[in-house]
Amino acid sequence: MAKSAKPTLAVWKFSSCDGCQLSLLDLEDELLALTDRIEIAQFLEASSAIVEGPYDVSLVEGSITTPHDAERIREVRARSRALITIGACATAGGIQALRNFADVEEFTRLVYASPDYISTLATSTPISAHVQVDFELNGCPINNQQLLEVINAYLNARRPRVRSHSVCMECKRRGTVCVMVAHGTPCLGPVTHAGCGAICPAYNRGCYGCYGPKESPNPGSLSEWTGLEDRDLVRIYRTFYASAESFREASEAHET
Amino acid sequence: MSETPAGRTRTIRTDYLARVEGEGAMYVEIEGDHVRDVKLRIYEPPRFFEALLRGRAFTEAPDITSRICGICPIAYQMSAVRAMEDACGVAIDSGPIRELRRLIYCGEWIESHSLHVYLLHAPDFLGYPGFVEMARDHPQIAEQGLQMKKAGNLVMTLVGGREIHPVNVRVGGFYRAPRRRELGSLTEPLERARETALATVSWAAQLPFPDVTREPELVALKDPAGYPIDLGRIVSDHGLDITAADFETHVVEEHVEHSNALHARIRERGSYLTGPLARYNLAFEHLGPLAQDAARSAGLGAICRNPFQSIIVRAVELVQVCDEALAIIARYEAPDEPAVEVSPRRACGHGVTEAPRGMLYHRYEIDEDGTILAATIVPPTSQNQLVIEEDLRAFVQDHVDLSDEQLRLRCEQAIRNHDPCISCATHFLDLTVQRN
Repeated sequence: MAKSAKPTLAVWKFSSCDGCQLSLLDLEDELLALTDRIEIAQFLEASSAIVEGPYDVSLVEGSITTPHDAERIREVRARSRALITIGACATAGGIQALRNFADVEEFTRLVYASPDYISTLATSTPISAHVQVDFELNGCPINNQQLLEVINAYLNARRPRVRSHSVCMECKRRGTVCVMVAHGTPCLGPVTHAGCGAICPAYNRGCYGCYGPKESPNPGSLSEWTGLEDRDLVRIYRTFYASAESFREASEAHET
Repeated sequence: MSETPAGRTRTIRTDYLARVEGEGAMYVEIEGDHVRDVKLRIYEPPRFFEALLRGRAFTEAPDITSRICGICPIAYQMSAVRAMEDACGVAIDSGPIRELRRLIYCGEWIESHSLHVYLLHAPDFLGYPGFVEMARDHPQIAEQGLQMKKAGNLVMTLVGGREIHPVNVRVGGFYRAPRRRELGSLTEPLERARETALATVSWAAQLPFPDVTREPELVALKDPAGYPIDLGRIVSDHGLDITAADFETHVVEEHVEHSNALHARIRERGSYLTGPLARYNLAFEHLGPLAQDAARSAGLGAICRNPFQSIIVRAVELVQVCDEALAIIARYEAPDEPAVEVSPRRACGHGVTEAPRGMLYHRYEIDEDGTILAATIVPPTSQNQLVIEEDLRAFVQDHVDLSDEQLRLRCEQAIRNHDPCISCATHFLDLTVQRN
């Protein structure tokens, strides 16, 4: 394929559900305009055409769970000018990082009849544990308008405008009545990174932390407020961002 | 290239299959004129969902299992809630909560089928590596595909809170039921999507199809009142007629060395196919008049046995679910309560629903306080994997005179006929053809 003058974007997948990549294809109104401005050089979910790197921007979805993937991410880094992780798996290890709290050999025996056929690491780790990452976009799944902002920012050599405050701020802006204050519904909003638009409280449920910890959270204080039992506190911190430092510590504080 | 003297081996392989969800490879080995080996290899790393569900609350299963697949999260949520409600002795088979469940499921089918028909499968028929390349030459086709896809996402977002991993589905129903007026905003985009779906049937019908007939056992849900989506008994064209609770009595999963996905087969007979072709052949009479007429005008009878024509069948299903979503919205009255109370008890529950690409089975054992003791999940691609390999073997055997490159492209297309979702299957794709 002829060398293009347009900046190049590559999308890479590691251990994940494909949802964050899909959010790029879910930009139905912007997708074709976006591809006028940039060359999608590698995006297997969408095309078998592959343009050789190096790439201006690499979007990485998924966590590192196999020896082969630990090698592959180094190659991706070497071929990328900017490397951006998209989603909870790439940024914090994802739901599959629950194995970090368990015996992965036992997990393999439980799910697969012939565990010898399976090659896996004992842990699920974020991309930043293996290579330098230029920007981390949170969410399970990511918000595709934020993704568009991040791509725009990198193509124009500026910092992305992605706020790191809590979901509470988004609730206030949206005018949603606080589900914890008004209804006593346990909510991780005060410690959770903004970006989703505070969907759960608007649907009468507490935030379940799928955008990970906000900057400088205080989960210890929130835990007391919720009135939940230890077992339930361990569970709510230990889901999609189980291995993020502050959520991990908060869950371990209530382990009996 | 197509000259293959007897006794020589040639291999055709695709190490990284594109335009499928997740990571997989294919390998075909041909000796002389004889296909010796066909493997669909799933190397998506295992994520151990069944193991990590143990010890979690029964109410957490819909949110956790939706993360198995970003393409069909509603399917995971719906099979999970039905299994949990089954365990707890609750059945939501009618009324406004069931209607809302069917509505959000219609939204997922519209999104997923539009994605597959236009973005993933159409480039095979029109000769492009991908959608973006196709869109340069066929902007109008690309745009109509995106707009129909968007209509599905609008349904998911309104009812579910967001299009990927919706937040509003819970055991017993929903956290918040939309008001009748809110659903009204979906009518206009769904009416346009229904027109696009009808145009898609006509467009898909004139695509070039290889003359292929495959006759695997077909398995789908049977909903006495409608097209199989969210509930029903499990039936086949070979006499299977069972409840979800008997699934594991009749279906066995095997672990093979070349794949991280388990292969499912019917204990008594072997491989079987689930998904659009199975549903269409088994439940044609349950399609609405609009979808039936669209199928007939596209030249499809009540039976379609050519997997390459699955693109037309998906378009017919798009007509069906757009039409059905509009009907649900037109008659919707919000429930008094968004959910019914579901109290845990020590029990085992089963749930099966129709993901866009086929049947999805969940089974849970829970304790009296609702703690999950054991979980089994059988996704559609595990069930279809043997049939996909059989389709590949038959296609290659009938077309050994094609060049390696032509064969590779056709094999990839044959795999995409079944819209495999590899992320789901791990618990799938890369093609290698070896010619001896």
